[in-house]
Amino acid sequence: MSKQDNKHWPPTCSAALLHKRSELYQSIRIFFSEKGVLEVDTPILSQSASCDVNLDSFSTTFNQRPYYLQTSPEFAMKRLLASGSGSIFQIAKSFRQGESGRYHNPEFTLLEWYRVEFTMADLIEEILELLMNCFNENLSFSSVSYERLFHRYTNINPHEATIEELLAYAASEGNPEMASVCGDSLSNCLDYVFSQYIQPKLKPNLVYIVTDYPVCMAMLAKLSEGLSPTAKRFEVYFSNIELANGYEELTDASEQQQRFQQELEERRDVGADSVPMDRYLLAALETGLPNCSGVALGLDRLLMLMTKAASIDEVLTFPINRA
Amino acid sequence: MSTYSTNDFKSGLKIMMDNSPCTIVENEFVRPGKGPAFSRVKYRNLKTGRVIDRTFKSGETVDAADVMEIEMSYLYNDGEFWHFMDDETFEQVSGDAAAVGDAAKWMKDQDKCTVMLWNGSPLTVEAPNFVELEVTDTDPGLKGDTSGGGGKPATLETGAVVRVPLFVQIGEVIKVDTRTGEYSARVKS
Repeated sequence: MSKQDNKHWPPTCSAALLHKRSELYQSIRIFFSEKGVLEVDTPILSQSASCDVNLDSFSTTFNQRPYYLQTSPEFAMKRLLASGSGSIFQIAKSFRQGESGRYHNPEFTLLEWYRVEFTMADLIEEILELLMNCFNENLSFSSVSYERLFHRYTNINPHEATIEELLAYAASEGNPEMASVCGDSLSNCLDYVFSQYIQPKLKPNLVYIVTDYPVCMAMLAKLSEGLSPTAKRFEVYFSNIELANGYEELTDASEQQQRFQQELEERRDVGADSVPMDRYLLAALETGLPNCSGVALGLDRLLMLMTKAASIDEVLTFPINRA
Repeated sequence: MSTYSTNDFKSGLKIMMDNSPCTIVENEFVRPGKGPAFSRVKYRNLKTGRVIDRTFKSGETVDAADVMEIEMSYLYNDGEFWHFMDDETFEQVSGDAAAVGDAAKWMKDQDKCTVMLWNGSPLTVEAPNFVELEVTDTDPGLKGDTSGGGGKPATLETGAVVRVPLFVQIGEVIKVDTRTGEYSARVKS
């Protein structure tokens, strides 16, 4: 270790931030304990990984077998739900390769919770209650469908959009290189357009609850019924930052297996490493996941917003380059 | 030629884009929703000065630009090119009007300039922040007027014209701030 590195031993956050984080965790625990939601602890290391092509897991070995650091505690928590745990929450360290920047650290903290028999609307109500509790003020919020928001800023209907249409839009906005960033994936293109031309234009003082995503962006969400289904997925944006992502959870084991399979095929198509899908999760779903809604909220980003920090390093003790 | 990946991106990094050397002004890592990771980058074209916004897929690589800034002595102008010398290696380079730009009107033999070299040729030249130049032409001031009020134009030995206080006379040497193009002080000879 060089002399230069030695200077980097102290934390990057202030002492006040240490207290702020501790207070936040305490208030979260009180919040859920009053609602009878059980705090749980699940392993960070797993024999399987998320198949999502845009998620890159850290891996290691135990007894010559590969193990992966979780990218979120979702799968293990769903196994608890299927075993009859009832509503649960967890403050969990999560890990994602290659994600480092102003709003990202490869190791970060998620607050993830699941509410049995909650619809997406019920859970959204609870998130808003939690946020107002954290900020200790009445926040203005707007609940808006992905379609309406997308159309308002781009004049494009995201449910009917084609890759070509989205590429043409990005090119007209000065980003013809979107093709190389997104490849041959409609959901990638939608995510790109949203993050480049919509997210930065949202009103910073308003909490946005974006709901009802296009089917190709369903991830682990249930689909609505009817002729033109949407995914029962929502995201929370505040101060132009993506703060939380939630689903009314998919409970159908074979549908889940199909989505994993499809993700593994996408991985193969783009030359990403293959990873083992979570068979334990599929077995749990087969036994029966109760109807529930769940959400993951980035606690480091929440702390950034609560303290008006300009960079995630200001709320972490030791970010990756000091870890 | 060496390359940089988006993981190496930071402000000040010199990269080749659109066949021109560029410097990164801003770099932000983005991973939207469940979408693809990319870098949102602002870079300045060092030839034209234009700032461009572009996104790069995470892990994408670009060529490094062989750009460095060194201090050199200005030697002379042959009518078309301005010649500079590295005081340590005695290596000489020459740059045209586009590279030398505004610095041309402030430089005098032996002045130490900051030259940005791209593949060994001057891309931009910065004159020293302060230069001392002789006044070659200006209206004679009124006797006894030592105030600075108003001022008058004065032509300097390099051809540059600056506003000077009324008391400054032909033949005197003045100090000029090249960043603002303004008179700074009279130099006692």
